[in-house]
Formats: sequence, structure tokens, C-alpha cells
Amino acid sequence: MSTKTETVRHDDANEPNEKIVLRVSDLRVLTNAGDEILHGVDFALARGEILGLVGESGSGKTTAGLACMGHFREGLKFGSGSVSIWPRGDATHLEVGELDEVALRDLRGSRIAYIPQDPALSLNPAMRVGEQIREVLDIHDFGASDRERADRVAEVLVDVGLPGDRAYQRRWPHQLSGGQQQRIGIAMAFAMYPDVLILDEPTTGLDVSTQSVVLDTIRQMTVANNVAGLYITHDLAVIKDISDRVAVMLRGDLVEEGPVSAVLERPQHDYTKMLMAAVPDLAGRKTIGDGAAEAKAVAEADEKTHILVSTGEPGGSADSGEHRSDGDARDGEAASAGERDGGAASATAPLLEAKDVALAYGKAQILDGINLTLEPGECTMLLGESGSGKTTLSQCVAGLNDDYKGSVRLRGTELARSTRKRTNEQRVGIQYVFQSPFSSLNPRRSIGQSLTVPLEMSGQGTAASRKATVEEALDSVRLGRTFYHRRPGDLSGGERQRAAIARALVNAPSVMVCDEITSALDVSVQASIVALLRTLREERQLAMLFVTHNIALSRHIADNLAVLNKGKIVDYGPTAQVLEDPSHEYTRALIADVPKF
Amino acid sequence: MFGKVIGKRLIFSAFILLAVSLLVFGATLLLPGDAARAILGQQATPERIAALNEQLGLNDPAWLRYLHWLGGLFVGDFGTSSASGGPVSELLGDRLAASFILMALAAIISVPLGIGLGVYQALHRGKRRDQTMTGISLVLASMPEFVIGIGLVALFATSVFQILPAVTLAPPGEPVWNRPEQLILPTLTLVLVVTPYIVRMMRATMIEVLDSGFVEMARLKGVPEKRVIMRHAVPHALGPVAQVVAIQLAWLAGGVVVVEFLFRYPGLGQALIDAVTYRDVQVVQAISMLVAAVYVAVNLAADVVGILTNPKLRSAA
Repeated sequence: MSTKTETVRHDDANEPNEKIVLRVSDLRVLTNAGDEILHGVDFALARGEILGLVGESGSGKTTAGLACMGHFREGLKFGSGSVSIWPRGDATHLEVGELDEVALRDLRGSRIAYIPQDPALSLNPAMRVGEQIREVLDIHDFGASDRERADRVAEVLVDVGLPGDRAYQRRWPHQLSGGQQQRIGIAMAFAMYPDVLILDEPTTGLDVSTQSVVLDTIRQMTVANNVAGLYITHDLAVIKDISDRVAVMLRGDLVEEGPVSAVLERPQHDYTKMLMAAVPDLAGRKTIGDGAAEAKAVAEADEKTHILVSTGEPGGSADSGEHRSDGDARDGEAASAGERDGGAASATAPLLEAKDVALAYGKAQILDGINLTLEPGECTMLLGESGSGKTTLSQCVAGLNDDYKGSVRLRGTELARSTRKRTNEQRVGIQYVFQSPFSSLNPRRSIGQSLTVPLEMSGQGTAASRKATVEEALDSVRLGRTFYHRRPGDLSGGERQRAAIARALVNAPSVMVCDEITSALDVSVQASIVALLRTLREERQLAMLFVTHNIALSRHIADNLAVLNKGKIVDYGPTAQVLEDPSHEYTRALIADVPKF
Repeated sequence: MFGKVIGKRLIFSAFILLAVSLLVFGATLLLPGDAARAILGQQATPERIAALNEQLGLNDPAWLRYLHWLGGLFVGDFGTSSASGGPVSELLGDRLAASFILMALAAIISVPLGIGLGVYQALHRGKRRDQTMTGISLVLASMPEFVIGIGLVALFATSVFQILPAVTLAPPGEPVWNRPEQLILPTLTLVLVVTPYIVRMMRATMIEVLDSGFVEMARLKGVPEKRVIMRHAVPHALGPVAQVVAIQLAWLAGGVVVVEFLFRYPGLGQALIDAVTYRDVQVVQAISMLVAAVYVAVNLAADVVGILTNPKLRSAA
């Protein structure tokens, strides 16, 4: 249990030196039941530098970050090891583990500050934002007078790029956007001129453009205040963008540590190599989801079915990829028209066509004249930031939202607005996979039961044939039929999402709408899901509408790219063309904001 | 903005009361029996009954009587008690004050007590004292008020100790608060009935709030624990709990009937029971309207608390 994995170190910056502000050595954290969560973690933070702490969910990175502040979440407790901090102006260091409650409180928010993951949840909704910043100053007795404190609140707000006036300070958190809320969080952390900053995935919930603004703010503030930062994230692209050094965590162990360029370019540990291979890159130079990144379930799949869509070098070969999928599309269309429609005249109409789809709630125009087409075997990525209307559009297509104007046609036939009014065949034709596999599967039903529901709804076959179909679907998402009797609670996030995809597959749809299906998953799991989707497209001639905010995935999955901004499609065309020659200002800004890898 | 919402709610409340008045009046119309015969007794001659009907206005069509009655309500005239012959408002005046005292005492004790115990339990969740208190509150919540009342009487007035009066000793006409000791058992009964619900609700919402991100953030800002609880956590838990408190207070207005009967307490509940026995329709109507008004008022108050503790509602409203 308590064996400690040796960390691969690229240099000796971790050895004691005068630049170090916070040093964690052999830190072990236990659950209340006595199980070890962190198996002896060592790292050091130096002034003016940011150490990126990466790892997948459950690797213990947040636990390690909070332990630096002497805070353990419900159910966890300190095991052994030490956290030492050298506050500015103090000759001696403090042992965080040995401090009593009062001393620890004095440290928190003043010498060592925390910036949380979700600003919407971490700001007190019933306190004005200025008051929340002011609270830190009041508690830690900043300055000599009220006047000085009030000035500091205004000053730190201006520092993070927000207006510092009274009116702004009197706003409630819900009156700010996500990016503004996060900047309030940053202002709160910097208010006391701390020595150490713990940043717990501060940009994970934000859009790329908001993320880039927040990252800029963090970088500026860190340098300007000469603070040592610990940046916790699962996003390697962000790490490359913001941090100087990086430490990789795997199941409670620190496996590799060193300067960013060294670790990311010459990873030594197998796990780091695998992580690197799983990160989608905008240029599409690699194929995520193949090789080392494959989860074990995927490894069982026949390798020959992994035909890649947007492989090879950027530019030239992407075009050939286009041609090939055009060919596939025509074949597939003929085949599916022959099978399902009995060779009706619809063979010339596109498989799915959205025409002038518009939707408004009162004055708010959510969707504005959307035109999209989808051919069999083709994948269109619908890219947009939160609030762009991408989920609303996919719900309109699937018939989950019947408030829209305009038309959605499947094989040339106009669909009724609501799923209730669509024919059984039309309903079966378009299937939907939801964002979070944690909430889309009923926890009380076994996977088999959940997957049988769509078959019962479409009234197909006998109980025995339904079971056979479900088992086949489980096989095709590489879960295997042994999952039939298992419940969602026993499954990992990736396995659940595979089950959710299998549920969409049982009725053999021609179009699958994937609504942000990888955004709740870790990169390596995301890579394996993307590989699975590629395989399914090839095997089943499945057309896909892949909704996401992650532009880096585009070359890995999509033939066409539609960029949605404020309810309008501003750029639409073959993926390579849109990425290399974006016609709209918004697309250009979006591409520029992606952390380069 | 805020005033507008409250104004809207007030208008809505008026409509609810109007609807209740229709129901109450309709229901008393459907009651079996004849008021005049109930007053005059079995030996009454048909002439006397007819004369009394005329005098009470019972020969008028129902809608006219309803409008008469409704008009009276607006000016505080609840009509004339057919049993005593005096105005209902005079009859109920003392009773109302007595009941109000009882309810107010119960509310003043149980609301802070419930909230305090709920917070205490949430802070010590999972420990033995939390489990013990959860058990006790569950037992109390599942006992009907008369069982609790009888239990208290047995404990403090008759079988075990004889330190408190088992029934109200005040003769008719004397204000109940002249002998404070007779208020203790009825109040205690109501407190024991109402508090467990508030405790349980407060504990549940408080646990949820304590797990929220902003409470963790406050701790990581170095905010002292007392301030974390009082300033960051409790205000968020109050909104949902206010609804439960409102339901409990409203229940007090009706539930007081059984408790008053048990302790022979000269309040509204006693008056209602007497009025039903003597077919005193005017009194039944008046008390029903009063109870309905209490329901509407406390629910309105709960909504106000909900809006005040949630700036989102406050500014969006």
C-alpha cells in the first residue's frame, strides 16, 4: 500500500534552494477508513513560477493542492509527510501540518490563496462581489483603515481587468458572466498579495476565448506579484500555455516532473507518453485514440476497422480524406436508400437537411436561419461556445425542442417538430447521445434494461431478439455482452458513455446526434471514444452531428465544420478548409485562442 | 420592484380568501339541520321557527345572504351568534387573544429552537449525538398532538409529578395570561409537535449548503468558522426552511383545536367545537375565515423570507 513510486525528474529544481516558497515532501493522505489516496508526493513551488499539476479525474491532484493549504475534504485526513511554506518577510518556515486552527486560518487567504474550479459555485450567491473581496481584507486585517481596504478592493478589481467602481462592487455574482466571476475569484486570491496560489482547474468550465482572457490575467498577476503558483488541470494544452514546470500524477503518485518543454516533448514515463498521445491537436498531426491511448476495451477491437478520417500531415492529405469520404457517402446513401426506403426518389435528397431553422424566446434569438446538410457516413462538427445555441439546434433536429421555425428533413421528408408527432421510423432514424453519461443512464436499471427501452418503444422484435440486438450493440461499442447485467454505478465515465452510445445504436439509426459527449471525460477516455465513433461511422455508415466547444477535436472526427456564433452559422465547410482559411472574424479569433500544443 | 412582487402576492391572496369564503359559506349551507330549530329546541312551534327564520334573514336567497355576510366581513362584522344572540366578534375577541398567545409562544420558541438544533445536527452530522437527535425528532414527528399532550399531562400533572395544572383553571372571562403556569403544558405540546419538522428540514438544507463550493471557499479564504456558519451558510438554508416553518405555523392555527380541547383552553379551537355542537353557523364561518387568513398570511411571509435571502429572486422579481 505505502510503496512509493519513483518520480522521473528532468532536473534538480526540486532540491532545496532559496527560490522555493512551498515545499511538499512525502505527503500521504488517507481516507477516514485508512486507505491511502496520496502515496508520498514531493514537489516544490518557486517564486514567480507556475507548476502545472496534471492528471486524470481521481488521480488526487485536487487533494494534493488542498493539502498545501492544510485543508482536507470530508472523509479525508492527513497521513504523513510535510508541507513547508516560507512566507515573505519571515526568516523561518512554517509547517502547515503543525499549525493550529487559528494559525492555519491566518495563513489561508493571506499567504496562500485558492482559486476554485467553478466560480459559479464558489462565490456566495447572497453576497455582493465587492463585499466578498473585502471580506478577505477584513479577516486578515489588511492595511490600517477602512479607506485603505476599500481602495485595495477597487485596485485589485482593476488589476484583473474589471471596473473597480462602487456600482460594480455592488453587483451580485449572478449578474456577472462566467469569465467575470472567475476574475472576481482571482481578485479575491490576489487581494492580500499572497506568496502561494493554488489554482484548481480555474478555466475548465469556461469557453476558449474566456479561458484565454482568464489565463492571461493569471499569468500577468503571477508575474506582477511574484507569486508561486500550483496550477491543477487535466488539460495539457493549458499547462503548456501557462506553466513553467509540470508534474504528472497517476493514482496518487507523482510519476514525472520537470520543465514543461522537457516533460511534454520528451516524456519518459509511459503514462505521460500515453497522455500526450491522447491530447487532440488542432493541426491533426496525430491520431488520437490509437496505440498507447487505447483503453483496454478498445484493444479488443479489430485494428483493421480503425480507418482514419483526417490523418496525416495538415494540408494536402486532408483533401484526399475528403474525397474518400465523399465516395463513401455516395455508396452508403445508395445502400441505405435501397435497404430502408425501398429505393424511393429520396435517393437524391440529403440524408438530413435543416433549412432556415430559427428559434426565439421572447426577444432572445437563440437560432437564426440555420442551414445544414448531412450525408450518410459523414460527420459534421457543430462548434460553438456556451450560449451559441448548439445544443438547442441539436435538440430541434432530434425533435426534443418543438418551438422552432423552419424545417428539418430526413431523406427528403419533412419531419414534424416534436418527436411525439414523428413516425416511428423517423424517430428511430435520429438518435441522441447526451453530454453527461453520469446523468443520462438510470442508476437503478441495468445497462441491458436501459438499452432495451428504445427497442420496446419502437416495438421491434421479441424479447429474445431484443436481447440479441442489445448484446450486439454492446459488442460494437467494445464493452462486451458481460455488461448487460451491470449497473451504471459500477462503470467508469468512459464505459458509461459507451453504454449511452450503444443505446443510441440499438435501433440502427442513420443519424446520431452527439451533444458534447466527450466534454465530461478525461483526455485518454475522450480519445478512445473518438476512436470508437470513427469505427462506428465506417462500420455502419452512420452520419453524425458532433456538437462540441472543443475545436481541437475537429480534425480528429469531422469532415465538415460548422461554426455557430450567437445562433448563426458563421463558417461552414470542409474541416481543413475552415481551419486553414476561416472566412469569419469569429472563427479566426476562436482558432487563435486555442492553447497551441 | 420588490414592492411590486409583494403587491401582486397581496392581490392574489385576496382572491384566495374570496374563494375560501365561497367554499366556507357553501359548506355551511350544506350542513344538515335547521339553525332555528337548533336554537329553539324540539318543542318549538312552526310559527316561532318561521318568525326566527325571518329575524335571522334565513328566508333570503343564498347569494343575498352570502353578499350580506361578505360585506360584513370587510367592516369587521362577523354577524350575530345564533347560540348566544350577541355579535360574533365580541364572542370571539377574548378567544382570539387566548389562542394567539398560545400560538405566538409556540412559534417564538419552536422556530429558533428548530433552526438552532438543525444547524447543530448538520455540523455534527454522522456522529452519535446527531443520530440520537434524529431518532428523537422522528419519534416526536410521528406522534399525534393529543398523544404528546396526554403524555405531558401524565408526566407533569397527574401520574408522575403534580407540578403543573392539567387543565385551564381560569374561570370564563378571566384572561388566560393571569395564570402563566396553565400556559406551559399547551405551549410545550405545540412546540414538541412543530419543532421536529423544522429541525429535520434545517438539518437537510444545512448539510447541502455546508457541502457547497462557496462554504469551502470561505474556509479557504481563512474566514473564522463561526462567520462561515452565520454569514455564509445559514442564510442560504433559511429560504427553504421558511416554507416549512410557514406550513407549521399555519398548522398551529388549525392544530390548536385538538390541543385546546385537550387542555380545556378557552381559545378559538374550543369556540369552534362549541359552535359546531350548537349549530352556530356564523361562528363556524368566522373561525374558518380566520384560520384561512392565518394560512395565507404565513405563506406570504415565507415567500418574503425566500425572496430576501436570495438576491437572484430579489433582483429578477
